[in-house]
Amino acid sequence: MSLSLADIDRLAHLARLGLGSDERNRLCTQLNDFFGIVEKMRAVDTSDIIPLAHPVEIMGDVALRLRDDIASEPNQREANQRNAPALESGLFLVPRVIE
Amino acid sequence: MNTPEQQTKPADPSLLIMGFEVVIGFETHAQLSTQSKIFSRAPTAFGAEPNTQACAVDLALPGTLPVMNKGAVERAIEFGLAVGSHIAERSIFARKNYFYPDLPKGYQISQFEIPVVQGGAVEFYLGDEKKSVRLVRAHLEEDAGKSLHEDFIGQTGIDLNRAGTPLLEIVTEPDMRSSLEAVAYAKELHKIVTWIGICDGNMQEGSFRCDANVSVRKPGAELGTRREIKNLNSFKFMQQAIDYEIRWQIEELEDGRAIQQATVLFNPDTGETRAMRSKEDAADYRYFPDPDLPPLVIAPEWVERVRAAMTELPRVMAQRFVTHYGLSDYDATTLTQSREVAAYFEAAAQACGQPKLVGNWIMGEVSRRLNLAEADISACPVTPAQLAQLVTRIQDGTISNNAARQVLDALWSEPQGTVDAAIEAKGLKQMNDTSALEKIVDAVLAANPKNVAEFRAGNAKALNALVGQIMKGSQGKANPQQVNALLLQKLA
Amino acid sequence: MTQISSDLHDLTVAQLATLLRERKVSALETAEHFLARVAAHTEFGAFLDLQTDVTLAQARSADARLAAGNAGPLNGVPLAHKDIFVTRDFATTAGSKMLKGYQSPFDATVVAKLGAGVPGGAIGAGMVTLGKLNCDEFAMGSANENSAYGPVKNPWDLSCTPGGSSGGSAAAVAARLTPAATGTDTGGSIRQPASFCGVTGIKPTYGRASRYGMVAFASSLDQAGPLARSAEDCALLLSAMCGPDPDRDATSLDVPTEDFTRNLTADLTGLRIGIPAEFFGEGLASDVRAAVDAALKEFERLGAKLVPISLPRTELSIPVYYIIAPAEASSNLSRFDGVKFGFRAKQYTDLNDMYLQTRAQGFGDEVKRRIMIGTYVLSHGYYDAYYLQAQKIRRMIADDFQQAFKLCDVIAGPVAPTVAWKLGGHSDPLTDYLADIFTLPGSLAGLPGMSLPVGFGAGKMPVGMQLISNYLTESRLLNVAHRFQQATDWHTAKPADSAQGIYR
Repeated sequence: MSLSLADIDRLAHLARLGLGSDERNRLCTQLNDFFGIVEKMRAVDTSDIIPLAHPVEIMGDVALRLRDDIASEPNQREANQRNAPALESGLFLVPRVIE
Repeated sequence: MNTPEQQTKPADPSLLIMGFEVVIGFETHAQLSTQSKIFSRAPTAFGAEPNTQACAVDLALPGTLPVMNKGAVERAIEFGLAVGSHIAERSIFARKNYFYPDLPKGYQISQFEIPVVQGGAVEFYLGDEKKSVRLVRAHLEEDAGKSLHEDFIGQTGIDLNRAGTPLLEIVTEPDMRSSLEAVAYAKELHKIVTWIGICDGNMQEGSFRCDANVSVRKPGAELGTRREIKNLNSFKFMQQAIDYEIRWQIEELEDGRAIQQATVLFNPDTGETRAMRSKEDAADYRYFPDPDLPPLVIAPEWVERVRAAMTELPRVMAQRFVTHYGLSDYDATTLTQSREVAAYFEAAAQACGQPKLVGNWIMGEVSRRLNLAEADISACPVTPAQLAQLVTRIQDGTISNNAARQVLDALWSEPQGTVDAAIEAKGLKQMNDTSALEKIVDAVLAANPKNVAEFRAGNAKALNALVGQIMKGSQGKANPQQVNALLLQKLA
Repeated sequence: MTQISSDLHDLTVAQLATLLRERKVSALETAEHFLARVAAHTEFGAFLDLQTDVTLAQARSADARLAAGNAGPLNGVPLAHKDIFVTRDFATTAGSKMLKGYQSPFDATVVAKLGAGVPGGAIGAGMVTLGKLNCDEFAMGSANENSAYGPVKNPWDLSCTPGGSSGGSAAAVAARLTPAATGTDTGGSIRQPASFCGVTGIKPTYGRASRYGMVAFASSLDQAGPLARSAEDCALLLSAMCGPDPDRDATSLDVPTEDFTRNLTADLTGLRIGIPAEFFGEGLASDVRAAVDAALKEFERLGAKLVPISLPRTELSIPVYYIIAPAEASSNLSRFDGVKFGFRAKQYTDLNDMYLQTRAQGFGDEVKRRIMIGTYVLSHGYYDAYYLQAQKIRRMIADDFQQAFKLCDVIAGPVAPTVAWKLGGHSDPLTDYLADIFTLPGSLAGLPGMSLPVGFGAGKMPVGMQLISNYLTESRLLNVAHRFQQATDWHTAKPADSAQGIYR
């Protein structure tokens, strides 16, 4: 199977990437080249293999470490918003959101 | 969620609307009452200045990572135990990817394939019919921030204080068949989460948000296409919104139009639901296990520790009221609507040893007065001890029910007064001494030969007239049964 | 300047630490020396941000700590950080236009531990930060040509790539602009540039070092590590960098901090070195092979035994890695949306257009390519065939290593199929991906791996040997590398002085 320009547009929209037409064509070729080497992988028989999400699972069972419920984070709005593109009275500003 | 049982379960004809069966399922987002957020140590308190409770993690600043709050997991376990669910020994956090300004990371951390709470059921009474709504699951996830749409130079303001607040999303099977049942379910669920204290239940502040999935179908048909009514933040609107939606869907179908799956919002002003500008690519959230969070493992020992520490659940307490106090299922359920009511009942019942009477008075006279005052039991001026005393006086024949109502009124306005004082002051004591009563009876018989004759002629009604006269003569203090007995004996 | 300070830049971390401890030289003097040298050598394009005042202030407090008797083990020794670590006092760009001039409100855990220490935590190593080092955008690349701030040049030949993504780190260490640097390794980003620049670098077991404050590329693969001029120096730095970070990183391992220098000198007699056939096939350039073979002979002289092993899924690791890493990256990079921080496009029509323009203009080609791949393999209907399949083969690859470690103690082979290539030498991205073949398997398994210089190949460019060992056995790796460096002097070779002349 290979990716069409329509696929590229769908993915670019999902990823919110505005692509120029050259870029669009180039990516289409490059992704198809890449998925060429992926075909080998798809052929591998992996029935009854459990996916490995966290490499350290190989060392033994991993369990999520839990933190006590304590609110200790001070208000650092100023420092945290220092890099904000658009602010108004402590709020981040974005183009109007229509629901 | 379209189970075989749903397919085969016959429709209740009494619930059909224009020949359609209504099918409702709920998704409820309950904010968990933790101090800190689910993945950060920022506070969760409501109503702070914009973005003052959004720390680096909540803002998704580069380099930040989620660290799980134990308190949120504990609350999920408590809920699961409260509704008889299976607590998963191993559950997985996944990323739900989509772009929205109030979603700082561009993905929401939620549970997808393996939720922490699985199955269970919420049981409640609809009228005096027992209902049970099955739960599919309840999973932990993080709340998003808020988009403030009031005009900022034609832009939207983003406040991320709420971002990262722990949520338990509680999902039901499509088991409900009317808006009434749906609201009763929501109220019961609200009762459970507030009773066990995992959620403050404040609907105005959005602590308890309900989405209703509504569809209609001809009895026995496949489930119809559903529309999801979002953010129903009051029980009143909930019923209005669902009723409107049901009518709307039926009209569409009657007019030969198909229902399109959609998310709709209820507008309390117009009383109508309207489809939201459909979230594009809603179909493709690209869920995958969050590599930042290893599996959540809950050892059985932990579940048992939580169970041991849990307060008595409404269902269990109601059962105890039935067996221990001999109440009916219905009364027991009503008296366990809240922990306060239940505590009030038990105090009064134990003080006078008349649980049934106490129950009736709480469900009747007391709650009627509270409703008028729009107050709840915690604001009741009459103490359980006083109610117990009142019930005792009815029981020992000192006062009639009628008189007891007056006593209750008196205590309502004079909380410091005692029951007996009120009886005295108002002179409500029943006349139980026969000689005094006899005098009145004789006088009345003498004064009403006509009624006496009619009665003797076989007109039973005539007796009531005489009884009325005697009660009048005793200023209502006579004991009606006693009057009857005395009359019959004298007229024999 | 004193006689000592005139060649301070040729000293190792270990030597500098001793001089500083014995007060033969001050931290301030040392910092000034290196800052001057950095200023004189801009031709490599290694540094992205310098804050002289900050560096000198850090040096003064290092001297104060020494005087007060509460100095950390590496007190006053200069260091530079890959620009993927967030820093409070230096800008952090991750090599991307998206983060131009970004000022983090906090320091990465690794930065704090190597410096004055984590706020409210134990005292740090006491090192002094010279600045931030160039790297591929969001650590995506093998040639450091994907930086929005220009490529880094290889000190051994300015027309060659230093490797990537930690190219600035490797080049700065090789050119003696800093005695040591931090790097991150997702698919080889410490080992390959170390190899291309003739320095020593190690990637510890996944989870050894906290990822808090590392701008995330692929969360299940990213791991921090040091680049320096010897295994001993790497051991000193790694000891300071590692340790659990329970409050900040749920994937950091619950294993106590360790002194990785303690086994450095252990004897190698009887050491079983596994030689994976798949690492020595056609793809391997003869010059690289010659240098690696010679190094293996040296190990035999040191008492090691060479054992043939097989890592049958080595080639599969390329598609597996280039599906898993982009999938995680496509999600990790969604936060760069122009709302809370960083770049936002100047012109846009509405919210959606703001997203489209911001991300189109803020990200470079390679980053966009990987976001597209990652979005695709996670998308509806393809997840099982690509992402899940890759995760399954990932386990098979990790199991292959466990089979191999039944036969050997460490695995040895080349780091890359060739020496550093010419800048612009790889026209299409796929060629870069294929060149990662030897570093990807260890990354997917989360195993510790290192690169040490073992000679020179075509064009007198350095060749690195890769050593891989089992989980949590970094001290064994470092011991093996250290004994080799005691017996050879490849790691002491330094590039001929470039155009502007080495500072004296």
